[in-house]
Amino acid sequence: MFRNNYFINITRFVLLVLVQVLVFNKLNFLGYINPFVYILFLYWYPIKDNKGAFIMTAFFLGLCIDIFSDTLALHSASAVTIAFIRPTIMRFVFGVNYEFQSFKLSSSTRAQQITFLALLIILHHLVFFSLEIFSFSNILLIIKKTFFTFCGTLVICLLLNSLFSFEKK
Amino acid sequence: MQQIINFIIRYKITLLYILLMIIALGFTVRSKSYHEAKFFNSANQISGGIYNTFSNATSYFDLNEQNKRLLQENKDLRKLLFNKKEGDSIKIDTININYIITSAKIIKNSYASPRNYLTINKGKNDGIEQDMGVITDKGILGIIDYTSSNYGKVQSILNTKSNINAKIKNTNYFGSLVWDTERYDVVQLVDIPRSVPLHVGDTITTGAMSSIFPENIPIGVIKKYNLNASQSLYDINVQLFNDMTNIKNIYIIKNINRPEIIALESNIENVP
Repeated sequence: MFRNNYFINITRFVLLVLVQVLVFNKLNFLGYINPFVYILFLYWYPIKDNKGAFIMTAFFLGLCIDIFSDTLALHSASAVTIAFIRPTIMRFVFGVNYEFQSFKLSSSTRAQQITFLALLIILHHLVFFSLEIFSFSNILLIIKKTFFTFCGTLVICLLLNSLFSFEKK
Repeated sequence: MQQIINFIIRYKITLLYILLMIIALGFTVRSKSYHEAKFFNSANQISGGIYNTFSNATSYFDLNEQNKRLLQENKDLRKLLFNKKEGDSIKIDTININYIITSAKIIKNSYASPRNYLTINKGKNDGIEQDMGVITDKGILGIIDYTSSNYGKVQSILNTKSNINAKIKNTNYFGSLVWDTERYDVVQLVDIPRSVPLHVGDTITTGAMSSIFPENIPIGVIKKYNLNASQSLYDINVQLFNDMTNIKNIYIIKNINRPEIIALESNIENVP
């Protein structure tokens, strides 16, 4: 069981990085919308795993994407941020009962799942585009890019999520 | 001491987060000397290899179109060659050659972010070095930013760090070519004085000030121009000749005289 978990995570990691850099980074829908589907890794990641390991994994995931897309360390910074804030978001979305042993992502309602995913994405995009553009005079541009990319990412992530739900079985 | 250890244990996650964030921001802020960080770009062996394999597989899809472009370019070059006024043989001497051209293929393109970099399939082993110019059949593309042994990273003109000397064709008024990140087919030419007569549709080419590009490589045409805030200089929007979203075959220009020019210029700067 334990081994199996590791195996699934590593496979997800590699596949999501490859899908991100080879397919979704080249999408450029409407000129600039590139969904960041690798956020799904942080969404799917086991809830009761070691927090330190989780943050390290997120950093490494972001770094892999960064190396491929020449974005300095923007993806690392935003991935680490949402990995750090994920427990807070979960407490906000699922209430206190997510800390119980029996809690599973699949046992929550659909609305809760979508809220959780949407919060992760919007936070990630805000950090990412703020750092990428890095000037407060362009705050409208940051909001515009965050919003439209958020819509793209959310749609693609929801589709992928319903395609590959491991926990449903 | 006990309290310090307790503090660290209690906040170890937060501390880890802060540490990783500082590392990430450090990489980001130190972008000036970024090409020194050898591992962190797509021109390394692993990512370059993956991009190359993928590019090899997908290059068949637009083979037809790329062939057409190459044919068109050959046609234009032949037209130039056959209509040349001078004798039918040109003396080629190593003394007369100033530029060496290498061809390469783009294996990763990007144009949606404020700092765009492209990855090409040639590197140090093919004689490509930092600060060589990159052009396509239609016009200018960028400058080599970093090379590994087999792959290279090109800083596109669609990059906020890009700053290239450009002029209005057939005149000697020159300015700097920059990008405001708004549109991927429009770049900005700044520092052209108010006294210069401008018309929409004028061609912009590379200037003679650069030791990277030869003079008169086409860039684009004037789309719109306004006076800037100080009312003394023009801000010109330049419509690029290149379709930045669809490039495959590129040429890399090496200026043989560049080391000499740079040595000379640094000499001048050192004079008190």
